[in-house]
Amino acid sequence: MLIDEETTIVSHEAAGPGYRFLVVAAPKLAAALAPGQFVHVKVPSLESSALRRPFSVFDADPAAGTVTVMYKIVGRGTAALAREVPGGKVMVLGPLGHGFPVACTGTPLLVGGGYGVAPLHFLATRLVAAGHKPILFVGGRTKDDLLALDRFAALGVDVRTATNDGSAGAKGFVTDPLDDALIELRQTGGAFELFTCGPDGLLKAVAQRAVGTGRPGWISMDRHMVCGVGGCFACIQKIKLPNGEVYNARCCVNGPVFAAADIVW
Amino acid sequence: MDLSVNLGGLKMRTPVATASGTFGYGPEYVGALDYAQLGAVTVKGVRLDPWPGNPMPRHVEVVGGLVNAIGLQGPGVEAFVEYYVPNYVETVAAAYGTDNVPPMIVNIWGGSVEEYAAVAKRLSEAAAVAGSPIGAVEMNVSCPNVKEGGHTFGQDPAVLEKVVSAVRGAVKLPLIVKLAPNVPDFRPYVAACEAGGADALALINTIPAMVIDIETRRPVLGNRTGGLSGRCVHPVAVKAVYDVHRCTKLPILAMGGVYEAKDAIELILAGATAVAVGTATFTDPGAAARVAAGIADYCGRHGVAAVKDLIGTVEST
Ligand SMILES: Cc1cc2nc3c(=O)[nH]c(=O)nc-3n(C[C@H](O)[C@H](O)[C@H](O)COP(=O)(O)OP(=O)(O)OC[C@H]3O[C@@H](n4cnc5c(N)ncnc54)[C@H](O)[C@@H]3O)c2cc1C
Ligand SMILES: Cc1cc2nc3c(=O)[nH]c(=O)nc-3n(C[C@H](O)[C@H](O)[C@H](O)COP(=O)(O)O)c2cc1C
Ligand code: FES
Repeated sequence: MLIDEETTIVSHEAAGPGYRFLVVAAPKLAAALAPGQFVHVKVPSLESSALRRPFSVFDADPAAGTVTVMYKIVGRGTAALAREVPGGKVMVLGPLGHGFPVACTGTPLLVGGGYGVAPLHFLATRLVAAGHKPILFVGGRTKDDLLALDRFAALGVDVRTATNDGSAGAKGFVTDPLDDALIELRQTGGAFELFTCGPDGLLKAVAQRAVGTGRPGWISMDRHMVCGVGGCFACIQKIKLPNGEVYNARCCVNGPVFAAADIVW
Repeated sequence: MDLSVNLGGLKMRTPVATASGTFGYGPEYVGALDYAQLGAVTVKGVRLDPWPGNPMPRHVEVVGGLVNAIGLQGPGVEAFVEYYVPNYVETVAAAYGTDNVPPMIVNIWGGSVEEYAAVAKRLSEAAAVAGSPIGAVEMNVSCPNVKEGGHTFGQDPAVLEKVVSAVRGAVKLPLIVKLAPNVPDFRPYVAACEAGGADALALINTIPAMVIDIETRRPVLGNRTGGLSGRCVHPVAVKAVYDVHRCTKLPILAMGGVYEAKDAIELILAGATAVAVGTATFTDPGAAARVAAGIADYCGRHGVAAVKDLIGTVEST
């Protein structure tokens, strides 16, 4: 069941240069959301015909009744959203999409790029609560692209970073520390699952590693959306069915999280 | 207050439906609006076989509206009848009660006259099953986004009459024909629908449109061109409904930029028997229910006992 909740902004702070944390009081959504799901936000100051903007859930706290998204200012919608202040009202539609599976066999390896760490953070809170010890691999061009690391560290997540310019962590790509960990796991025979969200290039690289190692890989895809609920067929990704047939899946309802082996790139 | 209307045999509890392509197969918005307020739900275009639709990107937002080129993706009529129809009834009934499942208007299209008729025939069989929600068939002969079918049938009155009468021969259900707004004169098309045996007309479909990315100098949409909908097309819809109402007795299901009750009432005054809410639902999932409530409020304020008394009552002198 969908909930279109009138929420109140609790806080709205910087999450890095050009990034924001938006925290809203949304008791119904906070109780209903699961990691990997997303919400559709009506930006209050845009014209009344403007489409909603989809954002992953960075955190949902049922006890506090709050939902947090972490977003990057990229265009007119996010720029307008960034001007909203605490106390303001925002319509938020959710819970949307199929998120990450709740059970994990072995070590959860989370791989994020840019704002792609957002759903991984929500996932990490639930994995840690379930007794898992996730490792987060996060990459970007410079250290400014590495977001919310303190929030992961506060959860006790082992964070491994890489930047293209070497300004933080290893110089190179996030797949470098990931591959190191995969080699180590192969030597020890440890089980693991891969979870990722970020730019398509990263998703593909992680999906290849999941398929290559024969381990489960859960890929969260970002496609331009209109309705967010499966009503319009705007958000297509080619997906393989169990019988081998390929179909145009709707990322918003069939995803945004897909099994690595099912994605047709 | 009586909000009920009869759209060519389709009995609607309120004069507000959802528009094809904006409301999935019906159950997608459960929870986000009160289905009891809907006079009907129109589903995404259905053809005979599964259809993949157009390449991405399939939409682009413009100020005041949306340009889309989805390309009529769908599972084909068999899967529609076997899975989507029962799923609609079960999901909506579970949330709102069996009495509050709105009748379904099934939007259909095809690549040939025979295909239109075959889809209609299959729907006719499905509608005969006890408890079927299927209440009407809406023929899309005006989609700007698919070369293989759709609008070609709506461009030539002789072809239009042929395809309408073929579908008429295949269904007893109320038959609605959905027209494009971009014709110089509606009269020959309306006459073709009447001659073919239509029970009602629907308008407007989206208006052919295009958006170019000036940095890459390429069209934004995967299909290059698309169809414009949303707030900005509303005055075009009002004019189209006004013109069509003056040349036919067929009832009209009007759509095009309905966001508020005010937009719906304009269309009713211009000649519509019922309205459909499309693009507005994307921004405000509760739009259709809000429009229905607003129409009731308007009737109350203006001492109108039955909404049908408003149809076509715009003063033209
Ligand atoms: C499932 C999902 C989860 C997302 N999670 C996050 C998140 O946690 N944090 C975050 O910063 N961003 C996230 N995004 C991307 C975010 O939706 C876009 O950055 C945002 O819509 C841009 O809006 P704008 O008006 O500022 O940009 P504009 O470019 O002006 O937007 C124009 C149109 O394109 C759409 N659009 C533009 N970029 C994207 C994009 N990358 N993905 C989808 N639609 C886009 C907009 O929604 C709008 O309809 C997510 C997208 C999806 C689909
Ligand atoms: C994303 C999208 C998909 C649509 N798909 C269909 C369709 O499958 N069949 C059809 O007859 N009309 C389709 N339409 C047209 C709408 O039903 C409606 O006629 C049009 O959008 C004008 O109404 P609006 O401005 O309220 O959206 C579609 C419109 C949109 C925006
Ligand atoms: S955004 Fe409408 S179907 Fe996915």
